[in-house]
Amino acid sequence: MSENLQSEIKAICQGSGNDRTKMMDIVRAVQEKFGQVSSEAMDIIAKFVNCHRVEVEGIVSFYTFLSKNPKGKVIIRLCNDVVDKMAGVGAVADAFKKELSIDFGQTTTDGKITLEYTPCIGMCDQAPAALINDEVITYLSTDKVKEIVADIKKHYDPSKLKHRLGDGNNADELVHSCVHNGLRKKGPVIFADYKSKAGLKNALAVSPVEIINVVKAARLRGRGGAGFPTGMKWQFTRAAVGEKKFILCNADEGEPGTFKDRVILTERADMLFEGMAIGGYAIGAQAGILYLRGEYAYLIKLLEKILKDRRYKNLLGKDILGKKGFNFDITIQMGAGAYICGEETALISSCEGLRGDPKTRPPFPVQKGYLGYPTAVNNVETLCCATRILEMGAAWFAETGSKGSPGTKLLSVSGDCKQPGVYELPFGIKVKDLLKEVGAEDAQAVLVGGPSGQIIGPNDYNRTICYDDLATGGAVIVFGSERDMVEIATEYMEFFVEENCGYCTPCRVGNVLLKKHLDKILAGKGEPQDLDALQELGESIKTTSRCGLGQTSPNPVLTTLKNFRQSYEKKVKKSPDGMQPTFDIRKALADAEKIANRQSVMFTK
Amino acid sequence: MSEQITFTIDGVEIKDKAGQTIMQAADEAGIYIPRLCRHPDLPPRGSCRVCTVFVNGKPQAACTQPIAEGMTVENDTPELKESRRNIIDMLFIEGNHFCMFCEKSGNCELQALAYRLGILSPKYPYFFPKKDVDSTHPDIFLDLNRCILCGRCVEASRDVDHKGVFEFVGRGIEKKIAVNAEADLKDTDFAATDKAADVCPVGAINKKRTAFSTPIGKRLYDTKPIGSEIEERKK
Repeated sequence: MSENLQSEIKAICQGSGNDRTKMMDIVRAVQEKFGQVSSEAMDIIAKFVNCHRVEVEGIVSFYTFLSKNPKGKVIIRLCNDVVDKMAGVGAVADAFKKELSIDFGQTTTDGKITLEYTPCIGMCDQAPAALINDEVITYLSTDKVKEIVADIKKHYDPSKLKHRLGDGNNADELVHSCVHNGLRKKGPVIFADYKSKAGLKNALAVSPVEIINVVKAARLRGRGGAGFPTGMKWQFTRAAVGEKKFILCNADEGEPGTFKDRVILTERADMLFEGMAIGGYAIGAQAGILYLRGEYAYLIKLLEKILKDRRYKNLLGKDILGKKGFNFDITIQMGAGAYICGEETALISSCEGLRGDPKTRPPFPVQKGYLGYPTAVNNVETLCCATRILEMGAAWFAETGSKGSPGTKLLSVSGDCKQPGVYELPFGIKVKDLLKEVGAEDAQAVLVGGPSGQIIGPNDYNRTICYDDLATGGAVIVFGSERDMVEIATEYMEFFVEENCGYCTPCRVGNVLLKKHLDKILAGKGEPQDLDALQELGESIKTTSRCGLGQTSPNPVLTTLKNFRQSYEKKVKKSPDGMQPTFDIRKALADAEKIANRQSVMFTK
Repeated sequence: MSEQITFTIDGVEIKDKAGQTIMQAADEAGIYIPRLCRHPDLPPRGSCRVCTVFVNGKPQAACTQPIAEGMTVENDTPELKESRRNIIDMLFIEGNHFCMFCEKSGNCELQALAYRLGILSPKYPYFFPKKDVDSTHPDIFLDLNRCILCGRCVEASRDVDHKGVFEFVGRGIEKKIAVNAEADLKDTDFAATDKAADVCPVGAINKKRTAFSTPIGKRLYDTKPIGSEIEERKK
């Protein structure tokens, strides 16, 4: 075993040029081959790439798809996101436990199947859903679980699982997935018919500076949620001094309730890669990296094929479309299950083969990004917009949408609505019109922008979705009247507790404290002053956290405290004697009593 | 980088050269900005967030933020004092800190900062986590109960000692310091003479047989609060 491990890992490391910065590829390959990155494997990897073993351990322990301990050949990762819970994942979970005779976090006694929970996998519109190794299984039910487990036990090979096929490219043999695009509304920018190559051709006919000016004239802003002007980002990267430059595409959409990039990657990857080439030309980069979230591994073969086709057509590679000296190519970097890597500097860390910790700013990525070189990190949808702007012109793009927010926005809508799915709508749409469109006019609450966004109630349904009002990366989750908003907020805090990197104190500890406060309130032990404490703590975390995660993670609590205060007030009560009801001395002494084998004597009035 | 920059901290005008961080400039001017993870011999990490100040109204870590012409920095405000107390409280309750029998007491930056900020006891409930203690090394013992994840030992061992003895593993609240071996510090090439053995702000990395060589009462922060050495520079 050990010699085999040695030679296999040697081959894996050599395949990555024994390059320390390719650590993500190396540990992913070892994990896939051996079902774990064992202590011994860490030593071997460290030896070949010439780093310290504890660095390998630091990386393996950071990403949830990697593990030091052995996992089954088949890993079932059931998504337990809020929307999946609303869709009845509880019964599905029980069915998995029953069929496999194990609990979550365990592996069957024969070592073949591991059962785990995982946060949002980008399938909220077809919940409950699970990942079985790289395969996605949607619309789970208890009956389906029985079938799946019986099927898996025949071959222990998830790629052989029998399932119907989804629409569009999901049915392509390279994807072969049951995922549905769920594309409910096509808009003029992303999902309209377009001419491949036209945007790039127009781009190469002008100078890089002119491209930047066109993108600026279109007033294109980042679609990931922060809304930074894309033209300005490209201009800064172009102007920065660096021997090389890079363009990175952030395809790590992990915000619970976001799945719009899934549909772009399935149906519009060609448009995306074209946008990367245009951006590469504009900033002066020769290489682009698509950072693909580990959950979307089922799309990688299709994406590789589209890249190959584009190389063949000279849309990538040397002297692209005859433009002398413009050499540009794209590689795909797989993630391994870490929400924080959607933060642009954490994404860069991950691409460099490091723990997915965000970096200190300044310097900003446009000055010093990937491997220290000037880097533009753009969202999937943003790059697609750029392709279309270069194809159709800035004026055409700015015709749609609102003044401060031109163009369309892809919204991934899920939760308590009749038509969940992806909608391409012009910016500036009112929440109430959106709700009408998706069949959820009686919604109690709407989460705009995912948990790091805002949870609003009917009083705010006249507000508009755009950068100047309700900004969003695309997630819209609808909550019906039967949902308990305090419970929802608590669920989302659980997500941030699980997914923060732990680098800075307020985010690492503060989110746990918020969650504990909420648990106390849900357990009926809350007092009115707990609400003030939540408010104060939440604001303090926002002020002092280092990156966007901690600067927004208290939002589920703060926005529900503001918009659904009665839900909280109903749950808290003033303690009659002014004493905190948190401490139960009987319970606290129970363990000691058991050890001592006698009851404690308590003196009460 | 000799360009002169003028800015203010709490209304006091400060001049310094471009490229300096807010903290460096403040230190030279004798203005103390509370800090914990920052060590003068190591690159700033901005991880504890104690040094958060408002720069033109926006929160930034003073240890990593460069100074800029005309910027307005707020440091000593009731809101920031409260945020800093919150962070110190969080560090106390996420670990197991028992000052009364810690050999670092009096020399501990966490304890000293808590006193300076007027903390008598943390306002949050203790987590009482289970943490590892490693006494396998002949000259050093590690007590992760008292670790505040400042990262100084990681940086010092990697960049100064060139040994890479320490690294972070895990993430979120499970994040902790691990050593470059299967399990024990004795299996690394760590030495008591390493820089990394001298930078711990708390009682997590301790040199054996030295604990009480300076008696309680005569230690660094027994007589003056932390930060006074900086404030004494003020003319």
